[in-house]
Amino acid sequence: MERLELSAELAHDILKQAKQKGATAGDVMMAESDSAFVAVRLGEVDKISQAQEKRLGLRLFFGASSASASTSDISTAAIERLVDDTCALARATAKDEFSGLPAPEALAKELPDLDLDDGKVHSVSVDDKIRLALAAEKAALELDPRITNSEGGEFSAGAARVLYANSHGFSGEYRGTSYGMSVAPVASSNGSMQRDYWYSSQRKFARLEAPEAVGRRAAERALRRLGARKVKTCECPVVFDPEISANLLRHLASALSGYALYKGASFLVGKLGEKIASENVTIVDDGTIPGALGSKPFDGEGLPTAKKTIIDRGVLRSYLLDTYSGRKLKMPSTGNASRGIGDSPGVGPLNFYLAAGPHAPEQILTSVDAGFYVTELMGFGVNLVTGDYSRGAAGIWIDKGKLTYPVEEVTIAGNLKEMLGNIEMVGSDLEFRGRIAAPTLKLSRMTVAGN
Amino acid sequence: MAQEIIKAENFFDRRFGVTGRDVEKLLSQALERKADYADLYFEYRVNEGVSLEEGLVKHGSRSTSNGVGVRVLSEAKTGYAYTDDITIDNLALAARTAQAIAQNRSADTPVRVGRETVQAHDLYPVKAPATDVALEKKTALLYEIDRLARSLDPRVKNVFVSFASEEKIVLVASSKGWLAGDIQPLARLNVTCIAEERGNRQLGTYGGGGRVEFDFFLDKNNYERFTREAVRQAILNLEAEDAPAGTMDVVLGPGWPGILLHEAIGHGLEGDFNRKKVSAFSERIGQKVASELCTVVDDGTLPSRRGSLNLDDEGTPTQRTVLIEKGVLRGYLQDRLNAGLMKMAPTGNGRRESYAHIPMPRMTNTFMLAGESAPEDILRSVKKGLYAVSFGGGQVDITNGKFVFSASEAYLIEDGKVTRPVKGATLIGNGPDVLTRVSMVGHDLKLDEGVGTCGKDGQSVPVGVGLPTIRIDGITVGGTAAENK
Repeated sequence: MERLELSAELAHDILKQAKQKGATAGDVMMAESDSAFVAVRLGEVDKISQAQEKRLGLRLFFGASSASASTSDISTAAIERLVDDTCALARATAKDEFSGLPAPEALAKELPDLDLDDGKVHSVSVDDKIRLALAAEKAALELDPRITNSEGGEFSAGAARVLYANSHGFSGEYRGTSYGMSVAPVASSNGSMQRDYWYSSQRKFARLEAPEAVGRRAAERALRRLGARKVKTCECPVVFDPEISANLLRHLASALSGYALYKGASFLVGKLGEKIASENVTIVDDGTIPGALGSKPFDGEGLPTAKKTIIDRGVLRSYLLDTYSGRKLKMPSTGNASRGIGDSPGVGPLNFYLAAGPHAPEQILTSVDAGFYVTELMGFGVNLVTGDYSRGAAGIWIDKGKLTYPVEEVTIAGNLKEMLGNIEMVGSDLEFRGRIAAPTLKLSRMTVAGN
Repeated sequence: MAQEIIKAENFFDRRFGVTGRDVEKLLSQALERKADYADLYFEYRVNEGVSLEEGLVKHGSRSTSNGVGVRVLSEAKTGYAYTDDITIDNLALAARTAQAIAQNRSADTPVRVGRETVQAHDLYPVKAPATDVALEKKTALLYEIDRLARSLDPRVKNVFVSFASEEKIVLVASSKGWLAGDIQPLARLNVTCIAEERGNRQLGTYGGGGRVEFDFFLDKNNYERFTREAVRQAILNLEAEDAPAGTMDVVLGPGWPGILLHEAIGHGLEGDFNRKKVSAFSERIGQKVASELCTVVDDGTLPSRRGSLNLDDEGTPTQRTVLIEKGVLRGYLQDRLNAGLMKMAPTGNGRRESYAHIPMPRMTNTFMLAGESAPEDILRSVKKGLYAVSFGGGQVDITNGKFVFSASEAYLIEDGKVTRPVKGATLIGNGPDVLTRVSMVGHDLKLDEGVGTCGKDGQSVPVGVGLPTIRIDGITVGGTAAENK
């Protein structure tokens, strides 16, 4: 079987075939990727993996009924089966008056060049990747004699090409690269072990942190956990480090998803225009930041990915919507359709961040008389319907404004509604380490459960 | 019947024209640089999903994937390459890529496959996979569940039902000479309800499945029970109070709370972590890590279970492995690489999410054997504590042993009686310590309904858990009601 090249022509050809079989509208999402990673451990190569993949997804409408299907077998015969499968599925689903493609006039007209591909993915050789992963792990192992073991260092690189076309005649494509480096050292003392990790992740090779910096930071994080203990159950102020703050934003993004909202499965139902967070909080979603991990020139339905303020000084200004969830809520899409190949659209944030505040992180710690600096969360104890929040946590106890001893095996609990309202101080240390970013945050109180 | 139509061994030859002879040549190529071992993993998979919300089956989707992963092992090193374009040329390229880790010495290693036979189980003789059942039957079931859920209580405001099915055909060819295939069906039904009363909205979720046929779900004892449970939980949560915070005695109900074992014990006993000596259980075989009441096993051979496999993803038949026997640590869960390096036998736990993933030691069905106490006596023995009967997900830090899991249905125990329902709270503890606090084990061992998916290093695989009712003396409960302490 001859494998076909992915192209806008192929996509429109598939949509034409579907039309002949009775489909009234449809869209095609296709992607191909090249990826490679190496893992090293204790100075030796541990794993090398390389791959190339292609995938094609189709969604068809028969009036107000729809279905989707996908395949990795991209041959003429497999595509014919794909169209038939999709038609059969669509005939079995119910009519849904809200379904359908976006209006033709809403589709992205100009596709901005967002500088997402550095063109270097093939010039970073396997040996380069091994060298970088080894250097990062070595820096961790050499920082302190208490770093006694390692789960290893990794380096990954990938390039992807994404194409989207729909029966309104739209077609667009973009390419993006991504690179990642991480180290997970193990520290030990008095017979007990602690592991931590650090990473750098970027669309451009040149923007990655130096491997030595990643390794040292990973080792410092593992070392500062040694000798951790429980604390007494109490209510106290809590400071989130930027990774933990970003985690809070992830829950918020899920609760702002149009799908959660129209289903009544979010604590933010009906809150548009209301104050839902302290006025220190401004949150932005922007898919147009050049070179950023969450940027793309159009969303999973071909709509523009503009910058919008989601929370403006505590007031909820926008949900995250695609066409379908927008229609359900009687609002236009916000350009947040995210799309797996062969799935109907969902909603996801693009570059979603909490704007930096005025306080240096040290200043935030200084303001706490007795409280908990959280550096790690565990588990899934978040209920987005009610906002109830209870998660395992580890970090460092703050006493009279200073970080003192490490803490583990405790939980922090509250409710997301109150937690957002209790954000008392916002750090100045916003840094884009991923698609979702936030600075250090101080929450006036949470319940810490321990002894 | 199905075996005749598609025998895994013949499937890839017929569909992609890759013959036994080709496989031998590829494996010889993979070993060219004097590696220790090579294998090919062929996979063809169909996934189908239909879902209902707001009274409508709005979505149906179907995906087909195929691909091959080529792996080369040289001492502790793994070279891996995969392709979703199954041609001889691509496989030869993958074999060359994967051997990049081996020493640069040429060797002539002829490989003959098919001489070794693998004694695979026959745990899920499904005649018609759920992926092949007419869609109309599935949508009819979804509508019936929606109708039933809404009829049970007027406070049920929305119902979400999903049915997911999968058929996976795999074939493993190894340089040690075996060629072993399997056809793996998998299906799962999930019911979620939102109940609302005076602005208070609460969720209830229940479901189940396994390596079963579609008819399994039509049994009233299944779809109807799942639906009633989802509704009951949502309604119960309407009156739940804030959960307590602090250390207290906890009774875990039977079945799904076995996730405790999966997180607190199971992961820490996976061979890779122990070979690297990064687990809180490293080098503790033979030591006491639990109370004498506790015997914990991992068993991939239970018929039709979600976590079961006829053979693992390296072609090793699955087995029952004793992890903890009367409180003493007995064994690890192994794949080929880690078993070899630790000079132990593989235990049939080498699993991978797909052809695009490198195998690792993973659990199958992990559970504690029944004890002798009556569940009522266990509850009666607790003065003040928590009774947790259903959970969401859990997580563990292998190295320091700390684990969490989150209750989705729990009650206060006061003077030996189960009293008021409390909101979901996270339980947190220390793996090597928590089972030493087990002071009573019930005679009511139950396996979960077949909903578990375990994530490790970015790979998801279906698993099962099980537990009798147990009492744990003193574990931290992470609610918000600190004053209860």
